[in-house]
Amino acid sequence: MALLNDIPWFLIAASVAKTLFLIFLVVLPLVSYTVYAERRVSALIQDRLGPNRTGFPISLFGFKKDLQLVLGGLGQPIADAVKFLLKEDFTPGHVNKVYFWMAPVLAMVPALSTLAVIPFGNYMFGQKMVVADVNVGILYVFAIASIGVYGIVLAGWSSNSKYPFLGGIRASSQMISYELSLGLSAVPVLMILGNLNLADAIDYQVKNGWLLLPFTDGKLTLRELLLWVPVLISFIVFSISMFAETNRLPFDLPESETELVAGYHTEYSSMKFALFFLGEYAAMIAGSSVITVLFLGGWHVPFLPVNTLESSMTAPGAVLGLIHITAFFAKVALLLGIFIWIRWTLPRFRFDQLMKLGWLYLFEIALVNIFITAGILALVR
Amino acid sequence: MAYTVRRPNLTFWEKLYLPNIIAGLAITLKHLRKMLAGETHVVMQYPEEKWDAHLPEYYRGAPTLVMDQHGREKCVSCQLCEFICPPRAIKIKPGHIPAENEFAKVEKAPEAFDIDMTRCIYCGLCEEVCPEQAIFLRKEYAITGESRAEMVHDKAKLYELGGTMPNLVHKWNPDK
Repeated sequence: MALLNDIPWFLIAASVAKTLFLIFLVVLPLVSYTVYAERRVSALIQDRLGPNRTGFPISLFGFKKDLQLVLGGLGQPIADAVKFLLKEDFTPGHVNKVYFWMAPVLAMVPALSTLAVIPFGNYMFGQKMVVADVNVGILYVFAIASIGVYGIVLAGWSSNSKYPFLGGIRASSQMISYELSLGLSAVPVLMILGNLNLADAIDYQVKNGWLLLPFTDGKLTLRELLLWVPVLISFIVFSISMFAETNRLPFDLPESETELVAGYHTEYSSMKFALFFLGEYAAMIAGSSVITVLFLGGWHVPFLPVNTLESSMTAPGAVLGLIHITAFFAKVALLLGIFIWIRWTLPRFRFDQLMKLGWLYLFEIALVNIFITAGILALVR
Repeated sequence: MAYTVRRPNLTFWEKLYLPNIIAGLAITLKHLRKMLAGETHVVMQYPEEKWDAHLPEYYRGAPTLVMDQHGREKCVSCQLCEFICPPRAIKIKPGHIPAENEFAKVEKAPEAFDIDMTRCIYCGLCEEVCPEQAIFLRKEYAITGESRAEMVHDKAKLYELGGTMPNLVHKWNPDK
């Protein structure tokens, strides 16, 4: 298998297979079902049921009644997809056509591109389960995620209308402010890991226990105990900045439905709106994946054996590989649930409160955290 | 004169908002758990569960025309309901009862009686004003149709929905 890896077309085919599997078979359905999960969980929190039934309208084709499958509401994302496909895609006359058409693409593509460096599994069939095993993993994530801001800003600007304009402006200032905390809070983690490569980050956590829960490898040293404090602070600051980056409540000023009609995507309809909508959830998934990889040990299940390149080609190795992939997405799903939980609990921040939090509090805390981590690392070598 | 609002002094932890955030998260989690465990009373799931059995006596559904116990249509097309209807949903064409008819004494009956259900607001004023007690609001509330023409209830449909209601007052008593 190692020899096969040297053949270029095999490498290309393997990458394409991993990309297809990850993006089309996992992430896009996950995005749709995250939307459905949000509707259901938010409904349950508000003491009501969400969409719990879907009928396939075969009565349009002459049958007597619509088809009601036992799935309950699970067909709702399919209904949403069909709606987006069949709706009229309207471009208003007063918009800047070039940027209007470009903006949704700029919102969706960076979110999906960041998933290229996320290791979503261990070795399987001799392949590392990451689409692009680059040595600048986390740097790539931050760089590409920053392009996502352009989507929102261009949407707000090109819509040539009051409410999208305000939404775009708020989005640009908010995302710039929290980019700093995002990057700075990841620095202590990278200092501990010693490597920007995300697959190596998980290898470190397999050996030494998850960064956030250092006891998952069975032993707890003094170094781990001391480092737990900055890692915890880093986790909290990173998560809060991730909320701000993905425009999720309590930081959802750009698209605040109660203030700005629909914010930056007011003038969009059908597929372009779907790209914004799904792009937001894809960004959530990307953010949750990064948090999982950096802090929660990625695909690692405590006390379960880990595949090596050779053992991954056997049958039990394949099963183990599948368990690891499932564990990764289970952790991502848990984090998404927390995203949804926090959205439906907290009220929105006022703009000045948001700026104050980003520049005066999170930025300082992240900076000080770097020095604390450096001190501890120097102390407990 | 500037009036300074007295704000309460917050403790350090209160200023952080973190305890309140955690308390809020606990509340939402409690609601979620209660819903999943089935402990919360959920509103009824229409159309499997309906409240038709519990509709009160005075419930105002769709207006209908009624016949009396002798099979005569009670409406005499006096057009009072048409004039009092606030959205002007009722349109009546008055007609004459021919002399050979057994109820010729009544003299008038509607030739055409249309209620546009897209205009009807179910206020019940037509029922209140009718001197013949001919128009009644029944308990039917889910009035749907696939075209505007279908949503206009004509006389036949109104009598079909209304049925029979015996006279409370024998106004047109044949013995008189």
